Amino acid sequence: MSRPAPASHLFRGTALPWLLLLPQLVITGLFFFWPAGQAVWQSLLREDAFGLRSEFVGLENFADVLADPTWLASFGRTLLFSGSVAGLALVAALFLAVQADRNIRGASAFKTLLIWPYAVAPAVAAVLWLFMFHPHIGIFGRMLNAAGIAWDYKLNGDQAMLLVIVASAWKQVSYNFIFFLAGLQSIPKSVMEAAAIDGASPRYRFWTVVFPLLSPTAFFLLVVNLVYAFFDTFGVIHALTQGGPGKATETLIYRVYTDGVVNLNLGSSAAQSVILMVLVVGLTFVQFRYVERRVHY
Amino acid sequence: MKRRTLGLASAGLALPIAAPALAQGGPIEISFWHGLGQPLGGLLEANVTAFNASQSRFKVVPSFRGSYPETMVAAIAGFRASSAPHIVQMFEVGTGTMMAAGRAVKPLHELLAETGVRINFDDYLPAIKGYYSLSDGRMMSMPFNSSTSIMFYNKDAFRRAGLNPDQAPATWAEMRAAITRLKAAGHELPFTTAWPTWCQVEQVSALHDIALATRENGFLGLDAELTVNNPLMLRHMTALVEMGREGGFRWGGRDGAGDALFANGTAAIIHASSGGRARFVRELPGGAANMGVAMLPYYDDVAGAPKNSIIGGASFWAMNRGPNAARSADENRGIAEFYAFLAQAEVDAKWHQETGYLPVTKSSFERTRAEGFYERNPGADIPVQQLLRGGGMMTGNTRGIRLGGFVEIRVIMQEEMERALQGGQTPQQALTNTVTRGNVVLRNFERSNRT
Repeated sequence: MSRPAPASHLFRGTALPWLLLLPQLVITGLFFFWPAGQAVWQSLLREDAFGLRSEFVGLENFADVLADPTWLASFGRTLLFSGSVAGLALVAALFLAVQADRNIRGASAFKTLLIWPYAVAPAVAAVLWLFMFHPHIGIFGRMLNAAGIAWDYKLNGDQAMLLVIVASAWKQVSYNFIFFLAGLQSIPKSVMEAAAIDGASPRYRFWTVVFPLLSPTAFFLLVVNLVYAFFDTFGVIHALTQGGPGKATETLIYRVYTDGVVNLNLGSSAAQSVILMVLVVGLTFVQFRYVERRVHY
Repeated sequence: MKRRTLGLASAGLALPIAAPALAQGGPIEISFWHGLGQPLGGLLEANVTAFNASQSRFKVVPSFRGSYPETMVAAIAGFRASSAPHIVQMFEVGTGTMMAAGRAVKPLHELLAETGVRINFDDYLPAIKGYYSLSDGRMMSMPFNSSTSIMFYNKDAFRRAGLNPDQAPATWAEMRAAITRLKAAGHELPFTTAWPTWCQVEQVSALHDIALATRENGFLGLDAELTVNNPLMLRHMTALVEMGREGGFRWGGRDGAGDALFANGTAAIIHASSGGRARFVRELPGGAANMGVAMLPYYDDVAGAPKNSIIGGASFWAMNRGPNAARSADENRGIAEFYAFLAQAEVDAKWHQETGYLPVTKSSFERTRAEGFYERNPGADIPVQQLLRGGGMMTGNTRGIRLGGFVEIRVIMQEEMERALQGGQTPQQALTNTVTRGNVVLRNFERSNRT
């Protein structure tokens, strides 16, 4: 029994499909494969800052990075930072979405205000937090010190970490809020009403009916938030702490910048980018595998 | 139709590139990137304007590129993309990197020899000349804004604490006593520092004639190793941590961030760049009359102390446009003539008086003195005197620092100091870690710059 070759009857020849794919392929090639390829090549070299002398060193840069205790510490710190940012942003957004989903006066105004921070660029968001929490010029920073709490995130690593986590999470709450709200609104009223008639309390209804139905959204957001915390929080950290004090807020992506752009150590910086690339590819892979298995509507 | 558009476009592309080379009509443009914010940047650009007005053949185009480290990175990236500036202002920390930069830079002695422009370097202060020359005395870059770190103090704060506002603490013992008095009088912030590694590590080493690194702090070769893990630095770091715990000393932030704490009147004493004077007289409550200036304190039980302090600030480097693009003879001529203009005693004396940077030549120092500037502005000659302390005889430990990758090493030092000050490690661990991590940077630099 012979089956027709799948889809081949749609196009005659191969020219048209390729032509239609071309714009996307060009963009992917130009903005992903080319720079990524350069990063891979650079990660195998050792070069002076001006690019006048370079030496092929194989995987030595990778070996150096992976054996560097400060890099490993950054790695652990990044996991803590990303987990905290994602967790905080998700919990806060879910709470707000559940509140905004109720029938309250001016619900749409609240929704608009909650979505607003998403339009703020990370660096600008960080400056807002800086003006609030700077120990000398920040309003809350001065208040804390006046209240006898020794607040100085420029010297206290734990406070600095707390500040960048909160500032980064705040940025992401809006995004999560939109998705959670949409998820909540797509839950059929009849299901909720049936549960209510059966005598389930609001809290019980939330944990047994609403939350399971939201889980695909929550999982999607978890992955997106982790990727955000890994890669898009550079602006927040750069504007607030520059990775300090000590190395207390130096995440992997910030370190790629410091080693490459500030210390002009391009080989090591490229090797770190390649490692990060492998990490994000892995994360995306997990997401697709898991989400495709779990989605049920 | 299409072909014509393409032709026009390529003509448009070629034009700006060809223009400087032709330049029969207009002046030859010399691009100049600098890293001085206001008010210093404006004062620097006033010199450029004066040069442009003094002749018609060349036009220097200044451009502010952010902080010193940002300017350095921009110039290096520019070189890799074949669009480096003709002249870049490079802070002293980048000197080691630039010296090893091979054909990226045009050494000053070559530039002057080829263009026949003469600048009398015998007139330059030895500490400044030595910092920017090879061991055989040939100049590599053009000294301009040199500073050294000194102590500024708030006279009002001294008066309120019952201290003599006309007598600053000269030794660390007196310094500790003054800080205790200020603290007891309820002063919120007795002492802070700008440029923590420069003022509290590099200067402290030089004043006491102790090596920061082997091979005469790197002047003799790229194979130097850090030696900050020594008893004197341990003593000083321990003192800073103690003062921090007692509330007498507060970390003002990395690099120049600490300046703000003195400028707004919060800190009573600061160790900062002498170039901070321009800002402090403008911003400090009470103005110049309230600002005390003194030399850095020292440990008077260390034999031979105090020696001269070392310089900081920046110098001007002539750069080639890119890896395969040297400058034309005309362009080099323009760079050299701009340098010669800046080297004039009247230009340098004016810059020194306006900003608090050092007079780089003996004649501009004499000129400033003859004009009565130091009588009208007590303390303005402190930086020069401090540079000449110890009889003006420099040793291998007081000539300066010339380490490759020193920008990164300074960050490492600051990170380790921060961790010690927040109680995360002992001063001894901070110094040990600095040496271990700093030496990795030095070895990497040595390896990638081996010729």
